[in-house]
Amino acid sequence: MECVSLPPFSRVAICGGTHGNEMSGVYMVREMQKQKVDKFGSFSITAVISNPRAVEACKRYIDTDLNRCFTRALLSSYLVSSSAPITDGTPYELRRAQELNAQLGPKGSHEAMDLVCDLHNTTANTGLCLISYSFDWIGLHLYKYMQKKITSAPIRFFLLDMPFSEAYSQESLGKHGVSIEVGPQPHGVVRADIFNLMKEAVDQTLEWVQSFNSGTTFEGGDVEVYTLEKSIDYPRNPETHEITAAIHPQLQDNDFSLLRPGDPIFMSFAGETINYEGKELHPFFVNECAYYEKKIAFHLARKITVNIPSLSVKMD
Amino acid sequence: MEGGVVHLPMLSRVAVCGGTHGNELSGVYLVRERLKTKKMVEEEDELVSVLTVLTNPRAVQQCRRYTETDLNRCFTQATLNHPILDRTPYEIIRSQELNLLLGPKGRPEAVDLICDLHNTTSNMGLCLIAYSDCDWICLHIFRYLQMQMPDIPVRYIHFDLPPKEAYSLESVGKHGFAIEIGPQPHGVVRSNTYTTMKSGVQHMLDWVRLFNSGTTFDGGSVEVYSMVKNVDYPRDRETHSITAAIHPQLQDHDFCLLRPNDPLFQTFSGDTLRYQGKEPLYPFFINECAYYEKGIALSLARRRCVMIPTIQMQRGLEHQEDEKEFMSEEEE
Repeated sequence: MECVSLPPFSRVAICGGTHGNEMSGVYMVREMQKQKVDKFGSFSITAVISNPRAVEACKRYIDTDLNRCFTRALLSSYLVSSSAPITDGTPYELRRAQELNAQLGPKGSHEAMDLVCDLHNTTANTGLCLISYSFDWIGLHLYKYMQKKITSAPIRFFLLDMPFSEAYSQESLGKHGVSIEVGPQPHGVVRADIFNLMKEAVDQTLEWVQSFNSGTTFEGGDVEVYTLEKSIDYPRNPETHEITAAIHPQLQDNDFSLLRPGDPIFMSFAGETINYEGKELHPFFVNECAYYEKKIAFHLARKITVNIPSLSVKMD
Repeated sequence: MEGGVVHLPMLSRVAVCGGTHGNELSGVYLVRERLKTKKMVEEEDELVSVLTVLTNPRAVQQCRRYTETDLNRCFTQATLNHPILDRTPYEIIRSQELNLLLGPKGRPEAVDLICDLHNTTSNMGLCLIAYSDCDWICLHIFRYLQMQMPDIPVRYIHFDLPPKEAYSLESVGKHGFAIEIGPQPHGVVRSNTYTTMKSGVQHMLDWVRLFNSGTTFDGGSVEVYSMVKNVDYPRDRETHSITAAIHPQLQDHDFCLLRPNDPLFQTFSGDTLRYQGKEPLYPFFINECAYYEKGIALSLARRRCVMIPTIQMQRGLEHQEDEKEFMSEEEE
């Protein structure tokens, strides 16, 4: 069987508050900073509050969504580089993304963090969801590992199928990266059960890295994941663009269940049911607060199988 | 309270208000839906005239609780009388506009009943929140909702404040209460929460029409939760940041008796902190998002039985009631 070897991970970043009102990650990172957590066995840990101004205001973002600012194009934009004058018009998050790129990257370079782990919450009933890009299968190994260790909640994997050049989120700053998404939790609120689940996931991630560095071989094989097929918006008033329906009670909280044509998806504020038409797919991020403005009521995913190689550390 | 029917004036004008907090969306969408189908702000028939109002349109537009200050703390008599200056927060200007539209508070022209629609991230089911435990209109509406909505927990929360100090919108009307429904994240509308709120408002208006038609509503005993105190999160002395979350055993257990030594908080380092009070009390507003900044992790109440009399509408009483209120204003 194919076995890939990689150098040990010497630097890991744990990031919270990329969205300032996703509170489990904020309090997790603050606790790590308070306890001065900077080492775990054979590697160093950097705990970062990614968007401190948004955290201070308890808002998702100040000017623009930070977690869409990590494309190569935006990171190298001359308008926000230190050599160009920073005007009042420069969105805070564009400047912050460049600061984070300097601290955790530079993206694509030898100096970048070995692993960037970005913590998120959602109002959707996703349970524990790991998210990473298809060009990096470390996240998939973490997922395989966690499935055996974490039994208190369902764990799923969402694969972002796009090339490195299009990657837009913070975890793409590192040589490897994964987002840990835990829901449901209202924004601005921290729930102990959600915080504990996120802590379990972070602890397991750090254990995995330590185990990898110590020489464990992680078996490859087939992994079942979800990948984005399309997104569905709410029905809207054509003049005001206000939504005219809410997620149907039969769909609400049923992330990852199979959605079939004819199944109810919306109930209008006047009480009418709107049914799904389309292929059998798996809805997720159902009724995520921050997606109303992005015109997404829910995503629809295909379930696919990806094959990953076995992995072990390269001993020099 | 012995035998005897209490006669009360007709409730000619009722206001249904939503969006007092701009991110509490069930009320926002319900008010918008009512305005869409009724096609006017005030809808009148021979039994009642109903005003439908979106109270904080700027906050609704931004999907935030408020823009400068919490609108639902701006209805004390002092704030309503405050002179408007250059830097006066939007919400204070707005509270005074609403006082003109629905009040003035304490005056004969005020609407008869205000129903203000709210959502909470706490698992509170449907709560009627009012300043009085002897406003028979509010208590009878509560009883009626409980009977008409058996699948939802319906409770009455009493905050003991005199009218002048009462700070929220519903205190502008001659009678008033908030309908608070949770759990729902702020900025999100859940279909079941919306439907519950729509149903609650409909039953409330049905009751008003029945009352105004002369129906007798039998008295009896109702259970009321009377607010005692608030409990804050443990906080870091320097940063003031919270250092614990509501304990998993308390989370979502609104109105389940909290006994001395029951778990209250779980610190972010994993320790359990326990309830130190001596008296068992009923918690509510457990982990309400908007209350972190107000220093409230949960509120605590005593549960009591209140006897309510049989009531019936009687015409011609309006002026007597108005005179009584007018005179007590003069006395003060």
